[in-house]
Amino acid sequence: MGDARPLPLLDLRLLFVTGKGGTGKTTVAAALAQLAAGRGKHVLACEVDAKGDLAALFEAAPTDFAGREVARGVVAMSMDTEASLREYLRLHLRIPVATRLGPLAKALDFVATAAPGVREILTVGKLCYEVRERNYDLVVVDAAATGQIVGQLAAPQAINDLVKVGLIRSQTDWMLEILSDPRRTGLVAVTTPEEMPVNETLELAARIRTETTVQLSAVVVNRVLPELFGLHEEEVFDELFAHRAELSKMLDGDAEPLVEGARLAVTMRRTRAEHLRRLRDGLASEAASAGGAAAPVLFVPYLFSRAHGLRSMHQIAEALGEELGL
Amino acid sequence: MTPARPGRRAGAPRGGRPARPARPGRGRRTEPGDGGPPDRAPGGHEAHTPPGRPKEGTLDGLVASKEIVICCGPGGVGKTTTAAATAAMAAHHHGGRVLVLTIDPARRLADALGLSPRTHEPGLGNTERRIPDEVFRQATGTSPRGELWAAMLDTKRSWDALVERHAPDTRTRERILANPLYRNISGRFVQSHDYIAMERLYDLHARGTYDLIVVDTAPTRNAIDFLDAPTRMADFFSSRLLRWLTASYRSRVVNLASRPFSQVADRILGTQFLGDIAEFFILFQSMYSGFVERAGAVTRLLSDRRTTFLVVSTLEATPVREAEYFARALVARKLPLGAIVLNKVLPPYFRDRDAALLAEQLRDGADAVGGRLSASLGTDPALTTRVLAEVADSFLNFGVVARREAEQQAELATRPEVLATVPFFEADIVDMEGLLRLGAMMWS
Repeated sequence: MGDARPLPLLDLRLLFVTGKGGTGKTTVAAALAQLAAGRGKHVLACEVDAKGDLAALFEAAPTDFAGREVARGVVAMSMDTEASLREYLRLHLRIPVATRLGPLAKALDFVATAAPGVREILTVGKLCYEVRERNYDLVVVDAAATGQIVGQLAAPQAINDLVKVGLIRSQTDWMLEILSDPRRTGLVAVTTPEEMPVNETLELAARIRTETTVQLSAVVVNRVLPELFGLHEEEVFDELFAHRAELSKMLDGDAEPLVEGARLAVTMRRTRAEHLRRLRDGLASEAASAGGAAAPVLFVPYLFSRAHGLRSMHQIAEALGEELGL
Repeated sequence: MTPARPGRRAGAPRGGRPARPARPGRGRRTEPGDGGPPDRAPGGHEAHTPPGRPKEGTLDGLVASKEIVICCGPGGVGKTTTAAATAAMAAHHHGGRVLVLTIDPARRLADALGLSPRTHEPGLGNTERRIPDEVFRQATGTSPRGELWAAMLDTKRSWDALVERHAPDTRTRERILANPLYRNISGRFVQSHDYIAMERLYDLHARGTYDLIVVDTAPTRNAIDFLDAPTRMADFFSSRLLRWLTASYRSRVVNLASRPFSQVADRILGTQFLGDIAEFFILFQSMYSGFVERAGAVTRLLSDRRTTFLVVSTLEATPVREAEYFARALVARKLPLGAIVLNKVLPPYFRDRDAALLAEQLRDGADAVGGRLSASLGTDPALTTRVLAEVADSFLNFGVVARREAEQQAELATRPEVLATVPFFEADIVDMEGLLRLGAMMWS
């Protein structure tokens, strides 16, 4: 919208998708994966909180840590920190995992409970690993929600401050290198044009900049209501609303719900337009105060569809594709 | 205000805190936990609001008989607002001293209550603050029967308070507070929220300062985490691994049983970090019994009949699935699922069959109707036709969504005592008037 310059969003290697609960974070992550795969990329889509929603959007059975192709070019996996640790130990310590599964599982339990940052780093570490090894062209992460994403992305730095030596320390250095590289790693924040989601997105934009090394690459505004009436049409509608009894007579039926429904849609749209303005202004002033550039804002329309699933995910991918100038 | 000191018994002198009001008496309640109808506040309040007796099977009635209401469910469904509205309604109509405690890391409750929302000065800190009666008067023209207080969970300060209470001596306390691992756990990471939230709730309840505490929980993805947090905490402190670790740190003589573990841990984490961890837990072990005891008490409080859970959701597919999961989890744990509150539901007229037929008729015949209508209204015919077509289209579009929602609602398998639906609000709820308007719809 407005600026037609295509975003190199899908040219990144690692995309974290966050958002306040209920904004459509998972759907947008799936749509981005789908979009990239549609352009010939080999994509890993990873769900961090293992609820199976991501695979469900591809109408596929729940996935596990090993991952499985759920659509052409899209491999979906679910994060499992225990499996991640096991893989890590196998790759780096050459510990005979098979013989020590019991103690290891407990060790992880311990490590994760004792130093909660470890769970986060096993997640981020696995994802960075896939990027470093170039196993995929793009890794899309259905990441933690807005409230927790900063903790997740800041974990390598936090561990770096906390752990001075040892294997974990040597690992965080290359992770940080990947995470800090704006040509490889980006964060996409999903929001809706509503009060609280916009507030959280603005808070997030500031925190991401100050507390992590990751770049906010785009803000996706989901469920943008269509504009019902132009300026002159709205005047006509007001007239129509005042004389809705006449319309009922003409149609020989009760037109009240129709005009009432349209009025609700207009008011909703108006309230939301205000939040959109606030979002743009807020992102711009936050960026200006930090001397950087504001993340571009992409719009996805509200879908009046019968159900959620593959069909609506494809519609969202299409809309995102248009916004990205693809 | 200084942070509330934990551990005071009800009735003990409270520095910096106003005395409990004499007016909205505790007498509104019958014996805790008897589940009977609430004893309405004694005379003298009828002038404010005549709400009548709360009806059976309504949120009004449910909340009136409880001391703790925990709002849970997926994120983004208006949980914080629902919690605030519930507390505001209770304070306004039932009386008593009501506290709404928000646990969410984002400072949303402050927004919803209009308390210095976008500034960095702490509008809602860890300390409870009273919402001035004036806020109610501006919204409704009447004073509330009771008092509304609000607090936000500050994880770090709550952890510090916990350490101060359980630490056996000053030295241990100081060492824990200075331990780098402790500082990270309490301030930086996500999961320490779960336990501390329930701990704080317990503490507030035990102080006996409030007649009703309404809690807004974090939208934990694995939403049951906080329910299990007390148990997890207790389990953790009695785990064998903890003993292994602390033993090897204490003695430096690694015993046979813990050797493989120590070796792995050492290689992964490094000796210095391991030392910090070990020190932290050795120190924490001195508070072990206090913790386990408290964790048990918190669990009991959650399942007590004085407590009720509201599962909040919208009728969209993903939130409904999570809400359902949550409701089942509560039932499975024998925790009192009091109500499901469905927010942002489209008005029922969008599902009206006659209206839908009329909309189709209008869409197909917009030209003719537009011509005739513009003649009688004196508007531009082309514009009028376009507006009519938009009206019809929009109605049919929202009709699709409304039917999808109705389907979702019909599929809700877990039926609590109360099922409340709240219509879509045209504007955001950002002030007391909005909260009470929302509350009135929830309660009716």
